Amino acid sequence: MSDLIRKNASELVELLNNGNVSSVEVTQAHLDRSAAVDGAVHSYLYQNPETALATAANIDRRRAAGEKLHLLAGLPIAVKDNLTTTDAPTTSGSKILEGWVPPYDATVVSKLREAGMPILGKTNLDEFAMGSSTEFSAYGASHNPWDLDRIPGGSGGGSSSVVASFQAPLAIGSDTGGSIRFPASVTGTVGIKPTYGAVSRYGLIALASSLDQIGPVSRNVLDSALLQDVIAGHDPHDSTSLPESLGSMAEAARKLDVKGMRVGVIKELMGEGFQPGVMARFNESLNLLQQAGAEIVEVSCPNFEYAIAAYYLILPAEASSNLAKFDSVRFGLRVAPEGNPTIERVMAATREAGFGPEVKRRIILGTYALSSGSYEKYYGAALKVRTLIQRDFDAAFAKADVLVSPTAPTTAFKLGEKLDDPLAMYLNDIATIPANLAGIPGMSIPNGLAEEDGLPVGIQILAPAREDARLYQVGGALEKMHEEIWGKRMIDFAPELEVRG
Amino acid sequence: MSEITPDLVRHLAGLSRILVTDQEVEQFAEQLSLIADSVATVSAAIEGGHVPATSHPIPMANVFREDIVEPSLTQEQALSGAPDSGDGRFRVAAILDEE
Amino acid sequence: MAKDELMNYEKALEQFEVVIGLEVHIELNTKTKMFCGCRNEFGDEPNTNVCPICIALPGALPAVNRKAVESSIAIGLALGCDIAPNGRFARKNYFYPDLAKNFQTSQYDEPIAFNGSLEVEIPSGAVHVIDIERAHMEEDAGKLTHIGGSTGRIQGAEYSLVDYNRAGVPLVEIVTRPVFGAGSEAPELAAAYVRSIREIVKGLGVSDAKMERGNVRCDANVSLRPHGQEKLGTRTETKNVNSLRSIERAVRYEIQRQAAILAKGGSIIQETRHWHEDKGATSSGRPKSDADDYRYFPEPDLVPVQPSKELIESIRATLPEKPADRRKRLQNDWGFAELEFRDVVNADLLDVIEETVAAGAKPQSARKWWSGELARAANNEDKDVADLAITPIQVAELASLVEAGKLNDRLAREVLTYVLAGEGNPAEIVSARGLEVVSDDGALIAAIDAALAKQPDVLDAIREGRMQAAGAVIGAVMQAMKGSADAGRVRELLIEKANA
Ligand SMILES: [Mg+2]
Ligand SMILES: [Zn+2]
Repeated sequence: MSDLIRKNASELVELLNNGNVSSVEVTQAHLDRSAAVDGAVHSYLYQNPETALATAANIDRRRAAGEKLHLLAGLPIAVKDNLTTTDAPTTSGSKILEGWVPPYDATVVSKLREAGMPILGKTNLDEFAMGSSTEFSAYGASHNPWDLDRIPGGSGGGSSSVVASFQAPLAIGSDTGGSIRFPASVTGTVGIKPTYGAVSRYGLIALASSLDQIGPVSRNVLDSALLQDVIAGHDPHDSTSLPESLGSMAEAARKLDVKGMRVGVIKELMGEGFQPGVMARFNESLNLLQQAGAEIVEVSCPNFEYAIAAYYLILPAEASSNLAKFDSVRFGLRVAPEGNPTIERVMAATREAGFGPEVKRRIILGTYALSSGSYEKYYGAALKVRTLIQRDFDAAFAKADVLVSPTAPTTAFKLGEKLDDPLAMYLNDIATIPANLAGIPGMSIPNGLAEEDGLPVGIQILAPAREDARLYQVGGALEKMHEEIWGKRMIDFAPELEVRG
Repeated sequence: MSEITPDLVRHLAGLSRILVTDQEVEQFAEQLSLIADSVATVSAAIEGGHVPATSHPIPMANVFREDIVEPSLTQEQALSGAPDSGDGRFRVAAILDEE
Repeated sequence: MAKDELMNYEKALEQFEVVIGLEVHIELNTKTKMFCGCRNEFGDEPNTNVCPICIALPGALPAVNRKAVESSIAIGLALGCDIAPNGRFARKNYFYPDLAKNFQTSQYDEPIAFNGSLEVEIPSGAVHVIDIERAHMEEDAGKLTHIGGSTGRIQGAEYSLVDYNRAGVPLVEIVTRPVFGAGSEAPELAAAYVRSIREIVKGLGVSDAKMERGNVRCDANVSLRPHGQEKLGTRTETKNVNSLRSIERAVRYEIQRQAAILAKGGSIIQETRHWHEDKGATSSGRPKSDADDYRYFPEPDLVPVQPSKELIESIRATLPEKPADRRKRLQNDWGFAELEFRDVVNADLLDVIEETVAAGAKPQSARKWWSGELARAANNEDKDVADLAITPIQVAELASLVEAGKLNDRLAREVLTYVLAGEGNPAEIVSARGLEVVSDDGALIAAIDAALAKQPDVLDAIREGRMQAAGAVIGAVMQAMKGSADAGRVRELLIEKANA
């Protein structure tokens, strides 16, 4: 395996900027890695080596010509396939969009292009990001590089597995209820859901508009910080994007200091239902933070009890409306119905054939939650629970600068294990969902291995809205302490993948 | 306590333009009843006391675009993803059934 | 289309009280659409004013047009509404191929303006106060063309084509509360109300307000109830009424149709009906299966609209005077008789006459031209007078030429036809075609002498005070000079001659 692919993004940035390595070399190394392992991992839905290499070559040429380039110019990246790209099909993991090449780039994709970052490919996801395992992708599940029989988390299992298997130094994910953080937790990688509105959603194929947020995926805190600094910022095309800058995340990640910080432990997100190894590693990290000078306080968020219920009303409701545009008229699949084809029947037949069972389930549930008889009981009530959850966070952040919890109750489960039990699947997101409901930023970083199965566990750090920098400061500090204790990065514990000749 | 009956599933599927087989109707009715029961707890959370609704997580207001023309797609680009088109337009099956 | 049974109108009103409700959609004349930067333009090549937002490509997001919001506030204020301190957009969910997202971004329980009222005068002179429930912002849908079948209508079509150029054009929907008490004048009141709304939005400059282009669209709700009954009857909503005259006709038709059904003990189906101008009848619209449940919810891709007091007041300060005030002022300024003025209002001539007077014409001559020759020309061409190929400035110029004696009536009418044909301004046409009246005494005297030679008795008759006799000579002079003689001058010269 080439050294290059094992390096952190920040190291590659330095090598590229110093001219020690070319973008073509870095890009080619990652493409070679994909050729060798992606048959087994299945992180990508689409790759076009030529366009990636062309971008790389162009950056190398411009650098050679002495042009002032973006710090991350030449560093390749993978993009979740629910972001529109003009030079690659964008499917959102659904048959209904098979082969669709959008006529416009998502704002985040434009920013990557402006920075001169070659796009290695589009990563796999649960169909329309609905799921926690990528098993609901219409194009087959992705696999966890730590154990190919296990899930890489979801919905962004393509992005987590792509960095965990060294096919890309960085990836873009999207997080509606934990779709960046849960996959990070189970693949031993770093994932951040920024404050709602910190990153433009323009060009992100919407799942639930008021919950969706795009964020970075990497193997290292600083690397994610560098990426958030590229993709964040106000976008006039997204009316919900924050008008103000949240400052430099890279700067925060380099502070490596938690002295005097108050770290709140959320009482409701531990104990029952959480795997012993998950809790053991969590408690060890609390000790580390304390030793580093942080003050540990306990906080209570009593309304988190209702978070999953509120989430599984708000999400399907918004999704049922967002997905109405998939109607066979302007783009995507069209299926002829049996018998007399009226537009109504064509739409119904297309949506029957084009959507998978989880998508249909959620659309029907969302339609129900919004219908006139049940709006107040379901959707209306869920929006009120959202207020209660925000109040819980407000109270907790009055006592603490950041909050922590395990990212997920368990390590990666086996492929197929929860496929027929939607409710069990939904429970994976118990710790991540509250942040989406409240719009606050959250990060998951590697937190060691659970002794019972030897698989990665993650710790989640949460901060008040707009205080994303605190995540990077605390995450960076904890990561450094971990690596000092472990003697290496956590990803270096991952077993070697069998490489195809 | 299955609040979501097969007939309701059929109605909801119709509203959301999804053709469903009888088998799917049964399966969805069962699964959705379970989900509906479990999410019904949201009503319990807000019982007593007035709680305002939050539909947008970060409070913001008055975000406007100036009334300035931006480039549109070309007709070719607009129609590029269409399953069927003609005469510069998107073509769709008849809206009404033949009488 | 099955033929409806209709009750005699007077009889219907004897038996039933009419309740109407009106929903008027105003297309704003912003440069761009409601939620994207595409041109808000009528009549371009299909699907050329579209972008990922207005054709609802996956990933696209809306952004609100500031001008459209300000125009909506202006409309609200002009209708005497309160402006919501916190307005919000909502999604109205239903599937239809002209609706790209399969939801309309509209407003539901938090419209931008509410609780207004409008004084409306009907042709009889009665004034009604119409309560406005709300005015809200929303977006227009695309345009469907139905292909195949014999009629080009949706029925029997083989397939349809969709053009989304109009999709996303900003609309303001103005909804009245139920209107009672108009009695037999309900149809006139409906039309007069829409005329007032048109005047208001035109006066505000926020819409082109052309009904034939769909800038102003009216859905008319009509219900009947037996006199004395409190409960409202079942209403129908008639769409597709795109002229003031059809509003009047459609409401009258529905009154007669519903009365016939109710009188027989039948019941009215709550439904959408379509007005057919050619047949002068309404027909049952497609019953929308989803219509009972639009699953409204707050639009999560947009943030609330919270107009500040300062903004509202600054818009209020720019409002033009109210239509009723304006009418009073104009009638006063122009000195028109009651009936003359009402005719002008009913023929929609206020604007053009005002502009013509502003360009220097006397009010009565402006009225004469617009309600006479020009109204006839518009009628022949089947368009609004305002759309004729003549400007108020040109009419004023024509009037001043007549005033100055350079044109007589006959010549002026002739010049008018050339202006309408696009030959230029009246003065240019007069000189290009040599149409000016001849008041050159030499030429006139020669013609008079020639005429007198054939009718030598005329001078005696004039001397005896029989002025009618002059007519024969004036006619002959006119004929000899192909109508270009200044008749007044001819008369003067004749009298001079007789008294010489
Ligand atoms: Mg409407
Ligand atoms: Zn557009």
